[in-house]
Amino acid sequence: MSKWSPVAVAGAGLISSIGNDINACLSALANGQAGMDEITWLDTAHRHRIPVAEVKCSNARLAELAGVPAGSSPGASSFSRTALLSLIAAREALEKAAIPNFTALRTGIVSANTVGGMDRTENFFIHPRRGKLRDVVQHECGYSTEWVADRLGIRHFQTTISTACSSSANAIGFGARLIRHGLLDVVVAGGTDALTRFTLNGFNALMILDAGYCKPFDNDRQGLNLGEGAGYLVLVSDSVAASLPSGVCCTVSGYANANDAWHQTASSPDGRGSWLAMSTAIERSGLQPADIDYINLHGTGTQNNDLAEGTAIRRLFDPVYPKMSSTKSFTGHTLGASGGIEAVLSVLAIQHGIVYPNLRWHTPMPELPFSPVTTFLKDQPIRHVLSNSFGFGGNCSSLVFSISE
Amino acid sequence: MSIYIRSAACISPQNTFGPPDAARDERSPGESSSAPAPAHWPFPDSSPVEYIGSRLKCIEPDYKPLLDPKLLRRMSRIIRMGAAAGLACLREAAVKEPDAIVTGTAYGCLEDTGLFLTGLIERKEEMLQPAPFIQSTHNTVGAQIALMLQCTRYNNTFVHRGFSFENALLDALMLLQDGEAATVLTGGVDETTDISHELLTRFGLYRRRPVSNLDLFTGRVKGTIAGEGTAFFLLACQPSDHDYARLDGISTLYKPESIADIEQYIQTFLGAHAVDPDTIDMVITGHNGDSRSDDIYRQLASGSNPVSVLFRDRPVIPYKHLCGEYPTSTAFALWMAAQRIRSGGGRILIYNHYLGLHHSLLLLSSTQNQPDHVAE
Repeated sequence: MSKWSPVAVAGAGLISSIGNDINACLSALANGQAGMDEITWLDTAHRHRIPVAEVKCSNARLAELAGVPAGSSPGASSFSRTALLSLIAAREALEKAAIPNFTALRTGIVSANTVGGMDRTENFFIHPRRGKLRDVVQHECGYSTEWVADRLGIRHFQTTISTACSSSANAIGFGARLIRHGLLDVVVAGGTDALTRFTLNGFNALMILDAGYCKPFDNDRQGLNLGEGAGYLVLVSDSVAASLPSGVCCTVSGYANANDAWHQTASSPDGRGSWLAMSTAIERSGLQPADIDYINLHGTGTQNNDLAEGTAIRRLFDPVYPKMSSTKSFTGHTLGASGGIEAVLSVLAIQHGIVYPNLRWHTPMPELPFSPVTTFLKDQPIRHVLSNSFGFGGNCSSLVFSISE
Repeated sequence: MSIYIRSAACISPQNTFGPPDAARDERSPGESSSAPAPAHWPFPDSSPVEYIGSRLKCIEPDYKPLLDPKLLRRMSRIIRMGAAAGLACLREAAVKEPDAIVTGTAYGCLEDTGLFLTGLIERKEEMLQPAPFIQSTHNTVGAQIALMLQCTRYNNTFVHRGFSFENALLDALMLLQDGEAATVLTGGVDETTDISHELLTRFGLYRRRPVSNLDLFTGRVKGTIAGEGTAFFLLACQPSDHDYARLDGISTLYKPESIADIEQYIQTFLGAHAVDPDTIDMVITGHNGDSRSDDIYRQLASGSNPVSVLFRDRPVIPYKHLCGEYPTSTAFALWMAAQRIRSGGGRILIYNHYLGLHHSLLLLSSTQNQPDHVAE
């Protein structure tokens, strides 16, 4: 297997239940403030029953944050939350990247999501024969990608990936490959997902939602909390990287996509897909497992995921384990956005030398010889971070981020 | 580097799916039947299936030889069609397990999505069965193929409207070029449901009056006909003795501002692949019988530049009267082109646009042709 040439990360952007931008999220992470709460914005029968991690804004406020002028298509009152979250985070990423001569470069966007404009579609479906068409025009997963591309002047390439909960890790991996192939100079890559009744009820029917706040990798874990948000990286070619006045954040040094091929929703007991994704991504980055300083776990908090992921980590890392934590204990599981949000957190871990706590962790899992970090750590020498994203359909993807040489 | 189409399988509103080699035998060249085939039907030994209305539905095969009956029972129509086409493609290529599975679908699993949505509204979010939710995720077709093959390799799903299949092909090409895969199973799949058809009708996409698909290009009328289907291909980086064709290039163009932009795009594409327009034997186009949409092809053919000459002087063959209009219809076009090249050789350019937003080009040649020197 050949080593990858690393792809530079020029900027990052983030919105989640713990903050509307990177700074707000970082301060919540440092203060141990999780984003779960009673349901406020989502109109559902499960309000007061199931906690979720909502972005703390109405759609009107999000439209304001996104800088979408009232009256723009498809009508400010009916924007899909998926698209608004995407635009906010993607714009922050591009602003942070501050790429000189952006309009003269070949630019692309690789976005990911799992349910597209479902937040509008499910309103439409109450009366499908006479529902407002503007509510369903945003349904397709690709809609928000183009809507955001049009607003950010991203002209040369647009695509959308949907592989359940690993979607945006694959978007970043694909974006990095487009750069490596010399097809584009700049790629905005990541993902977005809004909370919807569709997904809330889906996960509820699967009986894998925790009625309290989730406890990833705790022996007493009871399931996951759903969240929403968006996270994007700006990936650039070497020549663009060299033109950046303040340099690059870090690099995408490795990526692998594998399939568990075990069950449509459950992970194999030994996490064979997770193991393949992690080991291959590390191999492609030219590193050894011992070089990894921090793992941002997939860590949903379900019985099945954490055991499978943990077992695969033991097989790959034993006996020396890097620091690790699941930031889903802050943001909830943001599905198609999770790989993007966690990629941004991985980049920030390298940039700031920090490790995030795995909240609410008390009891080790007897099957695993390691435990996650439970306090916010500063001044850490973080050179290489592994970020895991695993999903329905057996889709398992891992990314490796490395300090820029 | 060259990419070879080693096998192809297609389930569509036409009789396109059969046991491996049956299609080949049926269409031995030079044995055309006495009844003249309708215009634009590319296979001289059979006739296209006629539909009256605005919706073409897939002719589904007997799945039993391909899919485990236990799994089959649980699968929705799109999953059956996609999985069967994928597996048939592998069987024809005699490849047990590909190095990657890449799928393109714009709408994903609409039937299961609709079922779960309707259920949650009707039952006021109580007592829901998770099965349709589980199968509603867009990656279900690719995932089910991986599960049946126990294939733990690369698996990806592109869901980008009229580019979904083209993006999947691009991913496959990059995997083959990188040496990360020697064989990639890649395909496009989309289904129409009663709900989606009604909805898209409300958007004004389809004909208001019943029309025969074989009569789709008569007159200047607004609206097209709805279609659906799946086509999978086994792409390989090495040639074999029985390849259909060589896939020379693929490209997408989003939202061009003018016809001149499209002309420039096509010229740039041909230039990048060092292709003299004179060497193209046929152009397969995405005409869909909607005058608004077909105007783009008409205008492209009416200029005096090399692209216009290409679109005017070469045989220009539409395909959407056979499969209907849908966002991944270029998978059907590629299947048709691959069949054509296998039986008759030559070089084919496919140009399609979806709703005027998503324009794409696919170039394929007979494996007998020498590959051009391409600046990578």
